[in-house]
Amino acid sequence: MTSFDAIVIGGGHNGLTAAATLAKSGRKVLVLEAASEIGGAARTEEFAPGFRAAPAHLLNRLHPEVVKTLELERHGLALGPIAPSVALSRDDKPLTLHGAYGESLSGASASEAAAWQELRAQLLRYAGILKPLLARRPPELGNMSLMETSAFAMTGLSLRRLGKEDMRDFLRMLLMNVSDVADEHLDDDRLKGLLAFDATLGSHLGPRSPTSLLGLYYRLAGEFGRQPGAQALPAGGMGAVVAAILRAAKAAGVSIRADAPVARILAEKGRAAGVALDSGEEIRARTVVSAINPHSTFLDLVGTREIDTGFVRRIKNIRMKGDAAKLHLALDRPPEFSGVDAAGHRGRLVIAPSSDHVERAFNPAKYGEFSPEPVMEITLPSLSDPTLAPDGACVLSAVVQYAPYALKEGWEAGKPKFLAAIMARLELYAPGIGRLVRHAELLTPADLEARYRMPGGHWHHGELQADQMMMSRPAFGAAGYDTPVEGLFLCGAGSHPGGGVSGVPGLNAARRIIEMRG
Amino acid sequence: MKTWDAIVIGAGHNGLVNACYLQRAGLDVLVVEKNDWIGGAATSRSLTPGFLYSNCSYVCSLFRPEIMRDLELPRFGLQVISYEGGAVFTRDGDYLANYRDHHAHRREFARFSARDAEAYDRYARDVTRQCRFIQPLLMRTAPDPTSFRPRDIGELIYLGKKFAGLGAAEMADTLRFWTMSISDFLDEHFETDVIKANFALSGIIGTALGPMSPGTAYVLLHHYMGEVDGSVGAWGYARGGMGAVTKALADSFRASGGTIRASAEVEQVLVKNGKARGLVLAGGEEIFGKLVVSNADVKRTFLKLVEEKELPDTFLRRVKNFKMRGSSGKVNIALDSMPEFPALPKDSPCYRGDMHFTDSVERMERGYDDWKAGRWSADPFLDMMMPTMLDPTMAPPGKHFMSCFVQYCPPKVEGRDWTDADRDAFAETVISQIANYSPGFRDRIVHMEVRTPRELEAEVGLTEGNIFQGELTFDQLLFNRPVPGYAQYRSPIDGLYICGSSTHPGGGVMGAPGRNAANEILRDLSQPTKHMSPAHDVI
Repeated sequence: MTSFDAIVIGGGHNGLTAAATLAKSGRKVLVLEAASEIGGAARTEEFAPGFRAAPAHLLNRLHPEVVKTLELERHGLALGPIAPSVALSRDDKPLTLHGAYGESLSGASASEAAAWQELRAQLLRYAGILKPLLARRPPELGNMSLMETSAFAMTGLSLRRLGKEDMRDFLRMLLMNVSDVADEHLDDDRLKGLLAFDATLGSHLGPRSPTSLLGLYYRLAGEFGRQPGAQALPAGGMGAVVAAILRAAKAAGVSIRADAPVARILAEKGRAAGVALDSGEEIRARTVVSAINPHSTFLDLVGTREIDTGFVRRIKNIRMKGDAAKLHLALDRPPEFSGVDAAGHRGRLVIAPSSDHVERAFNPAKYGEFSPEPVMEITLPSLSDPTLAPDGACVLSAVVQYAPYALKEGWEAGKPKFLAAIMARLELYAPGIGRLVRHAELLTPADLEARYRMPGGHWHHGELQADQMMMSRPAFGAAGYDTPVEGLFLCGAGSHPGGGVSGVPGLNAARRIIEMRG
Repeated sequence: MKTWDAIVIGAGHNGLVNACYLQRAGLDVLVVEKNDWIGGAATSRSLTPGFLYSNCSYVCSLFRPEIMRDLELPRFGLQVISYEGGAVFTRDGDYLANYRDHHAHRREFARFSARDAEAYDRYARDVTRQCRFIQPLLMRTAPDPTSFRPRDIGELIYLGKKFAGLGAAEMADTLRFWTMSISDFLDEHFETDVIKANFALSGIIGTALGPMSPGTAYVLLHHYMGEVDGSVGAWGYARGGMGAVTKALADSFRASGGTIRASAEVEQVLVKNGKARGLVLAGGEEIFGKLVVSNADVKRTFLKLVEEKELPDTFLRRVKNFKMRGSSGKVNIALDSMPEFPALPKDSPCYRGDMHFTDSVERMERGYDDWKAGRWSADPFLDMMMPTMLDPTMAPPGKHFMSCFVQYCPPKVEGRDWTDADRDAFAETVISQIANYSPGFRDRIVHMEVRTPRELEAEVGLTEGNIFQGELTFDQLLFNRPVPGYAQYRSPIDGLYICGSSTHPGGGVMGAPGRNAANEILRDLSQPTKHMSPAHDVI
């Protein structure tokens, strides 16, 4: 039997990134994927005959370090053009953010455009301060190494460089809600709605919830093509990005096994020793790296007997009930969104008419009900990559909020109703779209959980809120990728900095393992 | 013409605390008050014969014991009586009792859930630990993190050391606690709705946030860090109503030689060459002082009492952006007999404390949704009590004064100003909430005073009716309170200070802002502060 230095559980983009990085350091690495296909929630799949889509549909935070370390461009990563964001409106023309998160606006008044440029510059400046903190391993509480202390000092220095007044605004705004920040600067409901939507996307927060601005910083700390805040629809869908990472991993010598669900992580005297598969097969390795959810990792695979109760409680307390659903429509032909030009249709279309609207959409989610008037971001990936749909036909891919994981009435009863509510909204902005639908696939958080083995259907593997970030992500004791179980590491979205196709948790975890000689 | 050493605007508790400390340091201090009574929002008023209302603030818990001792308030008649119980009524006709005794309280929880009774010890420990961490910060001036002055750096180091002293695991818990919602925090401890609702209320009182909003765990702390007779988290009544607090302060102030002028509304702060010189009263009278201390909120002080041209643009922008949306109302009721609550045994100690009708966190949160939409809660959260159960001085024998704090209540109704009809409808919502649990309640009402944010603003001068003179969110705490760069009780105008709840550490009848401001003023004057006992560090 072959033996490995490291086993990576989960073949999503973070697992593959960790595996590839470890393999490049000379380790013998095996990736185990439960599904029959590699890629996790970034894999492109057929949802109707000839129509393909992936749950993740926009690339806006793939980290340049990951691209460089894994030489992804050499392995076929093709980056498309920067896509605009279009804030749709029913009574007004749409407002479009061109370039990297609105370098210029169209459809806004001159005074609004000027106010936006000022706010945009401020937000990017502040996100830039947080960016290094989001890229590296979080500092260890009570035991900061010299390296970590100096990294913190650097952040302090970059803060100081902002100048006194700017630093004051930074400290004041850090934990504010996005709605108040938008109100302080802007008038246009479309723009405020867009910011509110982006800040709360993927989290159980409304724009009026304190700390919601962090969500926007998280987004703006991401970059595409070296441009902060920029986004693109990757050519070939998100699956193509994963394919490039997979090629890099294989080139580095990583072994990959699909259809290999892990049943247990073998622990011997508090140390990870390998894994046992569902089939009963045991594979041993000195290092086990889990790219899957921390909850599943510790409670299902390791078992509570191997870890102390305090840590078990911390893991159990991680909040991870998703609120985002994913819609895939197979359309006879491309839909027409009112007032949107051809370039806009190739970008990201957002239905979030105002900040208050987003807040109202959030209200029911608190009580286990879906939004009767949901907000969403829509892309038409087949316009940029015709291979995703049959000739002349079109794929619509949308992230829709709010769809609470634990729907009170149950998703079996709720799903058709929620789909109807979504279609009713779409019809308002793209009249006639309903008649084009050949097939609709709605993935609720419950579906995402079942299909991608993400507990709670949460794409961040745990709420990305202030109390679950940095040193608290996923929980104290496991925030630095190493865990209380020696030889067991975490490398998924549940770890710092969080989800989105960035590859950062995977890269950081691998570096930590290498540093610890694991 | 006389020039005072210091003039304090507003005879609320913080203004008086500030004046007392300045006067005791040897300054000649004048307090001016716009109303013909003193006390601001800490007052007892007789609005119907025989009854005294604590008509704004209604509970004494946060008032700092150091201040009480320094200013000899017990000698001037202040007496605080602890609650003896409390209850949350449930919709199914039962109730959850609160007892002062930890073990009795725990046994009560066991009636609902054995697991929650177990968890109560852990909860009490976790919260107390957070209180211990924050309490010493109340009586310190927040450092300016952008400053290189030794004092600010020293204070930052103090905070850092205090944090580091917690140990790694507790540091992690503290970091999380500060940004959590009270609902999430309670979910980590308890499983029973009514028990969670019982604790959640402290996370929302006076705050324009729902229990599910991040940051409300900190608000809970703000209500818990008080103490009565050394018992942390205890709440109590001031004998004779909340006016007894300000009356004792006023008496202490006068006894040390201070002067108070009521019915003297300030129109403007006199500023000459960027320096405060005194006041102009409504009617034109000028009063001169070497320095002016404003106990009015930060918006009222700088947007109404000072001319715009005297202030830098950045400062003005920040004052304008200061959030002080009111979120609560108050209904004060005179009752001709003891109301009946069939759920509670007749002689239960639960009557001698605060009673609530909101038995789930979801109901509280839905009440907040109404507020966000610009309406008062259709199913309001009430913090209801009859101080006369413990303090017979506030009503004729056999009769009772009932105080109902009501949340949520917006500063404007769907974007427009409050009308009298709105106010009456609001009162009706409150009364019917009580009557649901107390048959015949309406018939016992002799007199009622209804206060919406409109009344709070008009009478006590709280902008938008915000009882904390500014929301308690992260962007408005510590060195951000009231605005970044001016968290140290000073203002851009030389000789003009602020000492109200708009400043660190915020609202509640605590007195800390008034004392901290006095400390800063005396430093600026190079006056001794020996008469201020050191803030105690250990609970």
